[in-house]
Amino acid sequence: MQIPCPLCGLRDSREFTCKGDAVTLDRPAADAPAGDWHAYLHLRDNPAGPTRELWYHGGGCGAWLVVMRNTATHAVSGAVLASEARHAG
Amino acid sequence: MRYSGLQVLAQGLTGNRGWRPAWRDPAPKDEYDIVIIGGGGHGLSTAYYLAREHGLTNIAVLEKGYLGGGNVGRNTTIVRANYQLEGNSQFYSHSLKLWEGLEADLNYNVMHSQRGLINLFHSDGQRDAFVRRGNMMINQGDDAILLDREGCRKLLPYLDYEQTRFPIYGGLYHPRGGTARHDAVAWGYARGADRRGVDLIQQCEVTGIDIVGGRVTGLQTSRGAIRAKKVGIVVAGRSSQVAAMAGMRLPIESHVLQAFVTEGLKPVIDHVISYGMGHFYISQSDKGGLVFGGDLDFYASYAARGNLPMAEHVAEAGMSLMPMIGKARTLRSWGGIMDMSPDGSPIIDRTDIEGLYLNCGWCYGGFKAVPGSGHCFAHLMATDRPHPAAERYRLDRFATGHGLMDEEGTGSQHNLH
Repeated sequence: MQIPCPLCGLRDSREFTCKGDAVTLDRPAADAPAGDWHAYLHLRDNPAGPTRELWYHGGGCGAWLVVMRNTATHAVSGAVLASEARHAG
Repeated sequence: MRYSGLQVLAQGLTGNRGWRPAWRDPAPKDEYDIVIIGGGGHGLSTAYYLAREHGLTNIAVLEKGYLGGGNVGRNTTIVRANYQLEGNSQFYSHSLKLWEGLEADLNYNVMHSQRGLINLFHSDGQRDAFVRRGNMMINQGDDAILLDREGCRKLLPYLDYEQTRFPIYGGLYHPRGGTARHDAVAWGYARGADRRGVDLIQQCEVTGIDIVGGRVTGLQTSRGAIRAKKVGIVVAGRSSQVAAMAGMRLPIESHVLQAFVTEGLKPVIDHVISYGMGHFYISQSDKGGLVFGGDLDFYASYAARGNLPMAEHVAEAGMSLMPMIGKARTLRSWGGIMDMSPDGSPIIDRTDIEGLYLNCGWCYGGFKAVPGSGHCFAHLMATDRPHPAAERYRLDRFATGHGLMDEEGTGSQHNLH
């Protein structure tokens, strides 16, 4: 599996650590109800197909990425910087 | 047909013409009292114990592929009861006791072999942790023996004791641990359930769950609609998809766990061994293949196959522990789809929908749990009360924070177990 880092180019997945579903970018407000925090922390769509995940390029530029990947085939279709993905909403 | 030595002899003398299929291949009926979704180890054992313990026989097991085609046929076959946390400890103890009577109970040879399991440790701190774990196992009524380095050397003379990076300080020996023939467990439960009248329906995919007024009324399947008073979801890595049909979102992520087997070798490894430097475990099958595995690949996957980095890591771990296996050739590798829960412990519970029950979250430890899981899930579905051995496997523990069972002490979040 290779991941196209926007800063470093196409790199081996060994350089990266997967954090999990990119829903963790959408952090609830500090005073949000407990149910929102439960959903944020635990509940997942867990799709069998295209998904968006957070990957950390620890063996490279150190950037957090949002990686578009298919969980059924392991095909990676793209990656953007997490900071830009967040700004894009 | 009851299986016995005499039967083998009689069939052998008459050209083996009398053997019959071990279970029927029925068409689905319009209605059942209970429908189990998922014909794997846990689903089949649930159906078996519903019939055997609770006298319920108007039951169907629906399987979208073939019986035992999922994780029960894709694991490293290890059976053990060496958990330490309240909740897990009594459950796996319960399951191991069921294993010990399973072959006589099922009249089926599942080749359960209590060859002993040894968890190695490599530092003073790790020894302390295993002393604690061993004491908790003994308090639960199970067996644990602390081995020092020389004790390990007697049982496992072939390990590399001289390595400087991860020196072997000793091991926690669990004599009742061992292995079983994975497929035979599924087949034995299937045959046992079928003989008690359960319909095992293969090539039948569930496409919808019918819910009226907060109560489950039946299922839509690739072989037509089936009415049901109670439905149990026991689908491991596919739990999120099936639960979504009932409008539920689960605290589950599906990950791939790889395993490997070498060509058949003469007997060299008598026990099940786990390496404490990371995640590597190995045993030898009755055919002679070395069966071994390691950690998850650590990304969500439904592909039932992993990638090279973890395969390399597992091979390196094995070589640093027992260099003698270096010349063995790996014959096959495969991946199972693990239903990972945030705290690494399973869920056996009712749902908010009346008549709909959930059994999932077995992470990478589902095989040894097959008898206990089915036994406790059957109890829950039949009586609407949790079995005492599984009463802590609640779905709401993630929402409330009460009763989280984080065996590894790494935190109750996804991707930490």
